[in-house]
Amino acid sequence: MTIKSDRIEIRIGSALEYLDLVQTLTDCITDFMGFDDDTAHWIGMSVRESVTNAIQHGNKLDPNKRVDIRFEVAPDHLEITVKDEGKGFQIDLLPNPLDPENLLKPSGRGIFYIRSFMDEVEFIPHSQGGMEVHMVKKVPSNSAVKETEI
Amino acid sequence: MKIENRIVGDVHLLDCSGKITLGEGTMAIRNTVREVLKNGGKKIVLNLADVNYIDSSGIGELVSSFTTVTNQNGQLKLLSLTKKIHELLAITKLLTVFQTYDDEAAALNSFK
Repeated sequence: MTIKSDRIEIRIGSALEYLDLVQTLTDCITDFMGFDDDTAHWIGMSVRESVTNAIQHGNKLDPNKRVDIRFEVAPDHLEITVKDEGKGFQIDLLPNPLDPENLLKPSGRGIFYIRSFMDEVEFIPHSQGGMEVHMVKKVPSNSAVKETEI
Repeated sequence: MKIENRIVGDVHLLDCSGKITLGEGTMAIRNTVREVLKNGGKKIVLNLADVNYIDSSGIGELVSSFTTVTNQNGQLKLLSLTKKIHELLAITKLLTVFQTYDDEAAALNSFK
């Protein structure tokens, strides 16, 4: 069987201990898709930052709240969605970490890194609560999703 | 995350290895730097050659440690940035904040 597109979904609790698990899954998917090591690293970091934000700032470490992570593997791109159950936030109100007055702040760079390393990033607040981060990384033209015999 | 504190003259060379990520990694940096300050150390070099992963919280902890040391009239410098740490510092303009060195002797001499 040849896999050309697929969806992989996991739901985790609001605990930072799950970050390594999500990172490992992301690394497996980017390896499967044939991303080069550097690109795979930055995709993994972007997912880790998104899930960290969802657990820490979205769900505020509430053990009763979950984070849903969805990977959509396509021949020419990888789509990743991270959704929390928090109150959401206004993306436009986040301070710019490059402003001189923010350079020495210890936090506030995660979303900047995600935007730097992914091709498309969208923040979608849900009316029922929860924030969804939608990210896309295109597969470079010289690599492709591996054809896997299963 | 492991940190070994080598003292060369009055400079504390902190050899970091492993991951500097939210939680254990960032706390290790924070606690070690504060311990050095508490014991009177003012000249600190973080050797990042063997750091195989860092996230935004790790970068934030480098900034936080830099601020803490500077506020106590000390100096914190970075040694042997990996390619990825260099890129993360560069795109957030933090290379303008830190003094960075590629070799240990140059880092040590910079305090003279």
